[in-house]
Amino acid sequence: MTTAQPATTHNIVELNDVFRPSKSLGQEAWSRLIRNKASVFGMIVITFFIFLAAFASVIAPMNPLELHAGKRFLPPPFDQGITNLKAESQFLLGTDSLGRDVLSRVIYGARVSMVVGFMPTAIILLLGTTVGMVSGYIGGRTDNLLMRLTDVIYAFPDLLFFIIVMVALRDTFIGQLMNGLILLFAALAIVNWVGVARLVRGQVLSLKQKEFVEAARCIGVKDARIMFRHILPNSLGPLIVSAAFQIPGLIITEAILGYLGVGLRPATDSADFFITSWGVLMLDGQSAINSQPYMLLAPAICVALVVLSFTFLGDGLRDALDPRMRGTQ
Amino acid sequence: MVTYLIRRLFWLIPVLVTVSAVTFIIMHSAPGGPWDTDGERRQVDAATEKSLAAYYGLDKPMWRQFYAYIIGDTNSQSGEYVCGMVCGNLGPSYRQRGRTVQDILFSAPEGKTFWQSRFGYSVRLGGMALAMAIFIGIPLGIIAALKQNTIVDYTALFVATSGISVPSFVLAIFLIIIFASKLHWINILVDDWTQVKYWFMPMSVLGFGTMAFTARLTRSAMLEVLRQDYIRTARAKGLGERVVVLRHMLKNALIPVITILGPALAGLVTGSFIIETMFSFPGMGRAYVQAISQRDYSMIMGTTVIYALLVAVANLSVDVVYVFVDPRIRLEE
Repeated sequence: MTTAQPATTHNIVELNDVFRPSKSLGQEAWSRLIRNKASVFGMIVITFFIFLAAFASVIAPMNPLELHAGKRFLPPPFDQGITNLKAESQFLLGTDSLGRDVLSRVIYGARVSMVVGFMPTAIILLLGTTVGMVSGYIGGRTDNLLMRLTDVIYAFPDLLFFIIVMVALRDTFIGQLMNGLILLFAALAIVNWVGVARLVRGQVLSLKQKEFVEAARCIGVKDARIMFRHILPNSLGPLIVSAAFQIPGLIITEAILGYLGVGLRPATDSADFFITSWGVLMLDGQSAINSQPYMLLAPAICVALVVLSFTFLGDGLRDALDPRMRGTQ
Repeated sequence: MVTYLIRRLFWLIPVLVTVSAVTFIIMHSAPGGPWDTDGERRQVDAATEKSLAAYYGLDKPMWRQFYAYIIGDTNSQSGEYVCGMVCGNLGPSYRQRGRTVQDILFSAPEGKTFWQSRFGYSVRLGGMALAMAIFIGIPLGIIAALKQNTIVDYTALFVATSGISVPSFVLAIFLIIIFASKLHWINILVDDWTQVKYWFMPMSVLGFGTMAFTARLTRSAMLEVLRQDYIRTARAKGLGERVVVLRHMLKNALIPVITILGPALAGLVTGSFIIETMFSFPGMGRAYVQAISQRDYSMIMGTTVIYALLVAVANLSVDVVYVFVDPRIRLEE
């Protein structure tokens, strides 16, 4: 390996100003975070979409699966000029190829994107942190073996892996659980923990040289306790930041897979919780790009907005948790 | 240096074997064979299926099939030895009868050059996108850094941030709707890709994210260099601004930019298939997406292996270049 490891010592404790009442790291970071306009915007948008996802059944003006006969490809009321079909005021974003309400479908689509953003991230953090900690703390042959494993997974083009898994295992039992979402989570997690593991390993390697770890070891603290009580809290900052940047990547991946037709299986039963996803909606909209562009535009704008918000939040979190990094990335 | 290179080259082998093994196992754990998964096609009768399976070696145990795929095996029907992936043979396509995977990907139509093959098209598109990313992204980053905290800087940063976050296919959707559906400036149903003007849209969409990333990285690297002592020294001894920027700053600021070119190139290569599909571009990515929808397993596997090889080689070459550009980097022996 030739890449020089940049110094990633995040000694956050130093930053606490001694001349005023001490605040915890969380309070410190929070007050810095809410001063950042972009990340406040991001948080508002994300909260909005979480709200939309949770209460989709109440917010959506119509049943997303209800077919309106003879009302296919209706344009939205505010953009009448595309086709000679007459817009109807109850369909705020028009209707799709089967006469379903586009707005309601987009609102339901938020559910998948939000869940896909958060659920695999939790698995990724758990797996990545464990492997990274063990690898960095134990070192030696275990470390070497685990890092070679991450090298191989790193070399695998991840999008291709997701596609292969989704294509091949789509019709198996696991591929049908929760409209294929369980399989998607698993595939996303298997590939993405690698980055987190490398990050945590780097943190552990530098932190385990620190005096406080040595002190803990001197007074006879057990290894597991040193790892989870002394080292882990000190590498939490970069971990949170990496999670914030992980989420938009996962949302994009889901959208791409849906767009390629190998993501979520669109539900036909309105009792299902996950009816459709933005990627699936974009696939539907692709064929009607001239007659009803809002089928494509609405989910695309949602994806862009959510992804941008998470990026803003991630930037803000990085600045808040490690002010020395401000403006350098 | 030579030992390092050789070691890195050898490291490609386990990577490729693992990639093909994982792909192989996943593809073969899919329920059903390659001939019965597609409901729309005419189903083959049992006897034909049996002889097809024998012809493609699918009746053999799985380890043997994998061995045949990588190294080679004797065909049980014709008796001749068929070399596997080590000879560049990626096997026959299951859907396009009579053609092998490498033939579909690398052979140009009759009378055309290699650059007209699917692979050639993709390479050209990726190369153009990368060139765009470098030749626009780096100057943008430099200007933003030199005019830090001005409106120029903020505009560049805004473009860069949105370019990084908005995924390329969403950008493609926006551009297609604006320029093709609304303004009718461009035609997205291109039948003749030999005309260069049609390449502009897919190239810009594909390269935009990388360009934004390059710009942001160049800017931050420049800002770091800007405050170094040797820059002050260069100014103090009366060097012109142009020399200071180009010779002293840029040379150092570009080192981190080079490190991301490997992942960027890999991203352009693997990211291209969705863009190629959207613009009906006749490249490798679109062939891959078609193979997905047709469940052409051998085609999917072959393309994945090629993509993995491209990614690995891109990363390797950047690591090697990095050693040459930055004398401070020492290889671990």
